Amino acid sequence: MDSDMKQQIVISGVGGQGVLFVTGLLANAAMNNGNHVLTSETHGMAQRGGIVVSHLKVGQFTSPLIRPGSADGLIALKGETVCQFSGFLKDGAWMAVNELAVADECSGFDRLSLDAGSLAAAAGNPKAVNLVMLGLALAMMEKTAPGTMICSLADIRAGIEKRFAGKDAIRDASLKALASGYAHPSASS
Amino acid sequence: MDNRELMLGNEAIARGLMEGGCRVVTAYPGTPSTEILASVVNWERQESLGIHAQWAVNEKIAFEIAYTASMTGKRAAVAMKQVGLNVAADPLMSAAYLGTKGGFVVISADDPGPHSSQTEQDSRLMAMMAKIPVLDPDSPRQAKAFVKMALELSEAFAVPVMLRPTTRVCHARQDVEKGEIGFHDPAAEFEKNPARWAATPKFRLKLHGELEKKLADIASYAATAPRRMNPGATGSRAIVTAGVAAANTAELIKDLDLWQTLPLYQVVQPFPLHTDFISHLLDAYGEILVIEETAGVIEMQLADRRTVKGRLDHTIPRVGELLPQTIEQAICGFTGRPYSPISIPPTTSRRPTLCAGCPHRASFFAIKRALPKGIYTSDIGCYTLGLNLGAVDTVLCMGAAISQAAGFFHAFKGAEKIPDIVATIGDSTFFHSGIPALVDTVVQQIPYVLVVLDNSTTAMTGNQPTAATGFGADGKPLGRVDIGAVVRGCGVGYCQVADPYQLNAFIDAVKDAAAYARENGPAVLISKAPCILSLSPEQRNAFSARVEVTDDCDGCGYCIQHFECPVLILAEDESRVSIDQAACCGCGVCVNVCPKGAIKDTA
Repeated sequence: MDSDMKQQIVISGVGGQGVLFVTGLLANAAMNNGNHVLTSETHGMAQRGGIVVSHLKVGQFTSPLIRPGSADGLIALKGETVCQFSGFLKDGAWMAVNELAVADECSGFDRLSLDAGSLAAAAGNPKAVNLVMLGLALAMMEKTAPGTMICSLADIRAGIEKRFAGKDAIRDASLKALASGYAHPSASS
Repeated sequence: MDNRELMLGNEAIARGLMEGGCRVVTAYPGTPSTEILASVVNWERQESLGIHAQWAVNEKIAFEIAYTASMTGKRAAVAMKQVGLNVAADPLMSAAYLGTKGGFVVISADDPGPHSSQTEQDSRLMAMMAKIPVLDPDSPRQAKAFVKMALELSEAFAVPVMLRPTTRVCHARQDVEKGEIGFHDPAAEFEKNPARWAATPKFRLKLHGELEKKLADIASYAATAPRRMNPGATGSRAIVTAGVAAANTAELIKDLDLWQTLPLYQVVQPFPLHTDFISHLLDAYGEILVIEETAGVIEMQLADRRTVKGRLDHTIPRVGELLPQTIEQAICGFTGRPYSPISIPPTTSRRPTLCAGCPHRASFFAIKRALPKGIYTSDIGCYTLGLNLGAVDTVLCMGAAISQAAGFFHAFKGAEKIPDIVATIGDSTFFHSGIPALVDTVVQQIPYVLVVLDNSTTAMTGNQPTAATGFGADGKPLGRVDIGAVVRGCGVGYCQVADPYQLNAFIDAVKDAAAYARENGPAVLISKAPCILSLSPEQRNAFSARVEVTDDCDGCGYCIQHFECPVLILAEDESRVSIDQAACCGCGVCVNVCPKGAIKDTA
């Protein structure tokens, strides 16, 4: 726990998409790798279809919130949330966006985008948009800053297997969705 | 060995209660406090300590149950959100005088922002009014430690102690070290002492004097004294902070490179503020900035207006959450540094909505159809979102839908035309504080329709059981209270149960109830259908509609505005509406909505 790891990631979406689930997977994996972890989550009324955002901070932090202009990355489970939260990113940050159309706010950042809905449906669980996006984000982190990975694809896979132990069908569809985001052509370019 | 676990702040608080040996824990659900009790139940399942953990019908009752356990020497706690403490204010004020035996912690979670509350009120002011100490943790880790500290403080001075976390502590997640579970559990013993436990005003005066003496001693209690966060720093200005603002400020002071030049103090116990600390601060520093949420509780105890800046002189904004960027601006102003803001737009692009297939939507649509010119009073819960359908005109506080219906009637009485009044209230809120209001409307013979939206759960906070559910916080069977029996028992002459998914029959039921009410006084309609989020697979399969929008749709938007189901999607050019089939649950209620009959069930 004496590493100088410091990573700050914003995860945004709409209530019901599984922003909290993705935050939890990343936070647990980062903790299991020996890091301190702090997150801040949206609960309550916004979970009924409103905008939901999580802040994830890995390393020696005391504040649960990310300051504007200082995040390393943004995972947007809904494309429309990018304009809301891109202000948290620092120069040179990455973003993984669930929308093919490029928003103006995305320019200046290292961006990967895809249509997570169709990939999730193809994986056998249309609701697994969040895991497709998590896969894409992991590919993005590896691509932009391989030295600062808070966790690996294998760590996340292990987290999903633990979470869905005994629920084979949903576990397999979840792993498939994760893999499809991770292996998406735009991620390897 | 790594003994850490990733814990939500509320889980860490629950863990603290377990490690601190609490044996009775009660609560009423409310964001951001809900997960505290749920987590106690989870830990208890793993550890089998014999803890009694329950959802009470309201916060006052929750408080009284836990407090009384403390009177017997057991350690106990009660958890609620800040507006819940208003409901529990009566026993709080009195319990402060009578004092405690076993450690007793009142957990009141505040919601600066507010993210999910009616107000931004500061529970620490309630602690001040009650004259009890309050601890203000800055993180999940600290919240767990402070729970144990609160129990010890409570036993040392025989006084209730408040723990005041805020949303950013409750709903932060952090790696937290697990400690030993507390096994010390004295047998319950009740020492009769009517001069204390049933004190009359004469004795209350004496108890008040004792409480003041306790407070003076607590203001020099070492364990809860303020902490100097950067002992090496020297300067003529200092910052005093508490709660999550302390966590934010510490990180900012490091980032701004002020760690060596700006002395920083974290106040653990904002009230009573330690006496020596007050004199030290005012003697040692020419200027002091106080950063705290959401009122100036520490600041007003530092009574030198020439040197102390904070909320009272508007250096810190008086409303809204203290985000890191807000604090940064204040610190830059205080230290004479330039500050260039990066603006983050407020989250307004998408409003919360009732879920697709939610029975409340059908109830609200029917009420509007049946009584389009009515006044619609409503209440606290998911169904507050009936606002989006134009079916909620007022929301004041828990239970007020019913008393506001009465207020409207009295105000309009004698007017040329008295509007129909329809109150909507959920089952959990009905039990919480609707029943006394219902009794009042029976006595006053108020002509109004009360629609109890009975989904047999506390849905907004994540589906906790209600008195009508029939099981407890741990899922085990418990007693069950029948809402219809309560309504009839209160003396209401008209009480019908109807299924909101049978929309046309439900509209008729509302009209029938209104006709009764106009002549006879209160009429109650129980809209009975389970929460869509709590359905079993069989119940879900019972929704068999396959809804399509035909070419008759001209994009008028009526269904979007008046029914507002999230699966109804208006095309960007507003030419027509389509159905998001992946998200549609097939309840089929919307086929009754389109004025052109363009929404059809094709199953």
